[in-house]
Amino acid sequence: MKSIIDFVYLVPLFPLIGFLINGLGRKNLSKSLSGIIGSGVILASFIVSVLIFNETRAEGFTVTTVSLFEFINVAGLDIPFAFQVDQLSAIFLLIITGVGFLIHVYSTAYMHEEEPHHFARYFAFLNLFVFSMLLLVLGANYLIMFIGWEGVGLCSYLLIGYWFKNTEYGNAARKAFVMNRIGDLGFLLGLFFILQQFGSLTFTEIFAQAQGAEVGMLTVITLLLFVGAMGKSAQIPLYTWLPDAMAGPTPVSALIHAATMVTAGIYMIARSNILYTLAPVSQTVVAVVGLSTAILAATIAIKQNDIKKVLAYSTVSQLGYMFLGLGVGAYTGAVFHVMTHAFFKALLFLGAGSVIHAMHHEQDIRKMGGLSKKLPITHFTFLVGCIAIAGIPPFSGFFSKDEILVNAYAHNPILYWIGLGGAFMTAFYMFRLYAMTFRGSFRGTQDQQQHLHESPWQMTMPLIVLAVLAAVAGFIGIPELFAADAHRLEHYLAPVFEASTKLKNAHMLSHSTEYMLLGVSLTLIIISIVYAWNRFSKKPETNDASGFGKVLANKWYVDELYNNLLTKPLNSIAAIFNRYVEKAGIDGVVNGVGKSIHWGSRQLRLLQNGQVGTYVLWMVLGILFLYVVTIFF
Amino acid sequence: MVAFLLILIPLLGGLAAFFIKNESTVKLWSLLVSLTGFVTICVGLINGNEATRNFETDWLPMLGSSFALKMDGMSALLCLLATITYPIIFISTWNNTYKAANSFFGLMLLTQAGIIGVFLAADGLLFYFFWELALIPVYFLCSKWGGEKRIAATFKFFVYTFVGSLLMLVGLLYLYNQTPNLSFSLQALYDVKLTVAQQAWLFWLFFIAFAIKMPVFPFHTWQPDAYEQAPTAVTMVLSALMVKMGLFAVVRWLIPLFPAAAIEYSNIVIILSVIGMVYASILAMQQDDLKRLVAYASIAHIGLMSAALFVNNESGLQGAMIQFFSHGVNVLGMWIVVDLIEQQFGTRKMSELGGIAQKAPTLTILLVIVALANVALPLTNAFIGEFLMFNGLFQFNGWYAAVGGVSIILSAVYTLRMIQKVFYGNSNAVTATATDIGSMAKIGLAIIVLVIFVMGIFPKPVFALVHDTVTMILGIYK
Repeated sequence: MKSIIDFVYLVPLFPLIGFLINGLGRKNLSKSLSGIIGSGVILASFIVSVLIFNETRAEGFTVTTVSLFEFINVAGLDIPFAFQVDQLSAIFLLIITGVGFLIHVYSTAYMHEEEPHHFARYFAFLNLFVFSMLLLVLGANYLIMFIGWEGVGLCSYLLIGYWFKNTEYGNAARKAFVMNRIGDLGFLLGLFFILQQFGSLTFTEIFAQAQGAEVGMLTVITLLLFVGAMGKSAQIPLYTWLPDAMAGPTPVSALIHAATMVTAGIYMIARSNILYTLAPVSQTVVAVVGLSTAILAATIAIKQNDIKKVLAYSTVSQLGYMFLGLGVGAYTGAVFHVMTHAFFKALLFLGAGSVIHAMHHEQDIRKMGGLSKKLPITHFTFLVGCIAIAGIPPFSGFFSKDEILVNAYAHNPILYWIGLGGAFMTAFYMFRLYAMTFRGSFRGTQDQQQHLHESPWQMTMPLIVLAVLAAVAGFIGIPELFAADAHRLEHYLAPVFEASTKLKNAHMLSHSTEYMLLGVSLTLIIISIVYAWNRFSKKPETNDASGFGKVLANKWYVDELYNNLLTKPLNSIAAIFNRYVEKAGIDGVVNGVGKSIHWGSRQLRLLQNGQVGTYVLWMVLGILFLYVVTIFF
Repeated sequence: MVAFLLILIPLLGGLAAFFIKNESTVKLWSLLVSLTGFVTICVGLINGNEATRNFETDWLPMLGSSFALKMDGMSALLCLLATITYPIIFISTWNNTYKAANSFFGLMLLTQAGIIGVFLAADGLLFYFFWELALIPVYFLCSKWGGEKRIAATFKFFVYTFVGSLLMLVGLLYLYNQTPNLSFSLQALYDVKLTVAQQAWLFWLFFIAFAIKMPVFPFHTWQPDAYEQAPTAVTMVLSALMVKMGLFAVVRWLIPLFPAAAIEYSNIVIILSVIGMVYASILAMQQDDLKRLVAYASIAHIGLMSAALFVNNESGLQGAMIQFFSHGVNVLGMWIVVDLIEQQFGTRKMSELGGIAQKAPTLTILLVIVALANVALPLTNAFIGEFLMFNGLFQFNGWYAAVGGVSIILSAVYTLRMIQKVFYGNSNAVTATATDIGSMAKIGLAIIVLVIFVMGIFPKPVFALVHDTVTMILGIYK
């Protein structure tokens, strides 16, 4: 009997069809038709994903590989075009198609001002993105994963630069692609090392042999793969593209630059968990980079005034937490946070989109304020998102973030205390954002005030659904502390992380320690929220930052640093190469050889001057020369 | 027999073209001739066996040279490339007009005959004959129909490659004198027993000839000038096909003739190639002229192929062979777009262009797909080749792969810069009147896009086709 899992290829196939229809028919499709096709194919994928998910929960389910065709089978490589269905991929399928569907629906209203062919282009790109993302999580080997990996990078590029007339947006798109490519080179080299070590790129084959491999080799492999993750998931030092990526339409920011694509790095490491568990040095690197990114991005978010920039840095920061989780071996916690983050961050971005929509493309929160009355649904759902991300129980962010932090504590308390600092800042900047946007009095123009309106149902419906999810999704991962055996996600994912769990010497924290940690973190977060709420409702920041705040507002000047340290020198080198090495140097030598021959022959030509006397002279000299030669040799 | 027909068709077709005075007639004639060649090889590959593909007859018996043609997998792939690119070139440049069109198209077809001859020749003298035969019509094409500085650029190109050819001729004659019965036949030359010292200097004589043709760093400086000054249809032939002559010759002649030297010097060749990849990529970032940009990008890609030919493993060789084809098709796509832009706006300078996407969305989409294939995005044909080649290079030396890999990043830098400067942004005075791509060029680019995806998703037939050549080379190394 064939199960639905054998039809798993339908999941990416539907978005691909949607992409082709919208892409090829973009001149002939009406906007409503484009929107229906674009969203409909994702809904179809979502339905199949749900069925697959159900199947993976059934008793006796084992990892299933579905091979489609032979892709590269040459030179000792055997890389089929194959999909792997297990608990990890199934949960990502749900997130991608579920959140993806809501965002497609939202987009039909958000993008309504676009011309029909651009509207179709938008949906084509969005469908292509979902297709690539699904390849990424479904691939049964690293190469198929890499196809999706580069594919989502491409779609990100296309969608950031969607409004291609704007040069700045184009620059942001290029920056995103190039930074991702830097990471991709690391990823690719990692693949070559894997091939050298294991002779295969197929997950099941590699992981089965992992325990026999040398630690040094595994460390190299995992670090190189992590370089890929740094690019895709915006970690230090490759994070600066993500805030710039906000140039794209807001639903794109929600789907690609918050909920799905940027979590690809987390998925990849969770997928390769056994390799990382066996390479403790790499794990430490992952944890340290993740935590540093979480803190750095949080400090920057405090001083941003663009509603999307705050959310972007918040995303970078939350991704940092996920990497912290992976680094301390809390794989379930990291995946859990991917999921809850997908809900609340998509919610926040879509809420921001609703605000921007209502404010006629104004994104500066200094010019907002008091929007709660005019945008009740947006306001309420946004508040839910803020509470969720801040980590107030029983909202979802609390459970997932807590799981990561508790595991960090068990690993090393320092990680926990630093991480807590980040959580404190998160609550602060989120409620600064909330208060400046929705509380206090309106600070925009009169014209804007008159036109303030709640968004249409296509936009509010996704907000409501995501708000419900952001509120309750945490219950699938209730910690041991509150109820025994209630962490359903952990049970569900257990087979994926089985080998790693066995290797990890679990240091369980005592319940009293856990309660203490919980108490401290909740107190700090609540203080932070109350302070920010009051402070920014009453006296919003409207001036430009000064002093240290200016450093934060300018993102620690990291962009300037990269520009002066990398971009400019590279361009100078290229200019020097072009002018001196190429033209004067190499080509100069080539031309020099030509010229000297030319010159030489011009000199020789002078010999033939038509005067018999000269000829006789040369003849005599020649004979003498030959004579000398015959004597001595 | 198929091999013979492949040379004969463009040769006779080309000679006949000189006598067709009407421009549109000669265009149609050339297209038909080139299509006939394409059909011939398709029939030969589908129905033929080795015996019907190869060909041999007397040529210069007093010199021990025969008209021997051998079509192995790599030859077949390259002949396929030569016969598929020509119709695409003719179709996509259909609207261009030429002075003395009959001579132009005649010379174009003669060039094709020469190139295909190079890909098939199984006799040293015959190989040399075709090697030069391919060059001479190109010289006339460039010097008569080229750009402003055509005389200087063409002269340099001609002299440079000719010097290389002469070095090869010296080596070839030396080898010939070593054969027991004074024969130029491929097998007789393969069988010559050479000392390591002999191999060493002969290797360099041949290698320099091929390195100039490819070109390998630092023998590349003729190429950007020649590409820039040649009429674009000829540039297409030069970069899609003629550079493959050098790469092909490495596989059929250089490595089997001097295997010990090939192993001995592989490190030097690969280092030069890797330097070339990064160096040319960096230079590509600086170019303002689209033709020079594509030229440097192409040099970077060639560098990877020449490195992969010397890594002495299957992954590298298979990757290089599939890339022979992919690079030919993809670079042709780039040239078609460059030509359309030049024909329409009268300039190739990126700084003067911009905003074309608004007016010409279809052209933009096709260009973006071709450009992405040039940066070797997965599911395009170039990815398969580059992945295998980098893997092969990595097996040879991991650091070389890492350094060469920088060109992967840089290719994204210069390609996206080009797309943005030419196509995105707002239109300006030059591009305000832009119109979208015409139907003929659209057909040409559509075929290329199709090839890009089909080979990128299902490369298996190509692997199967070139498998015999790869096995032969690996056997020689052992």
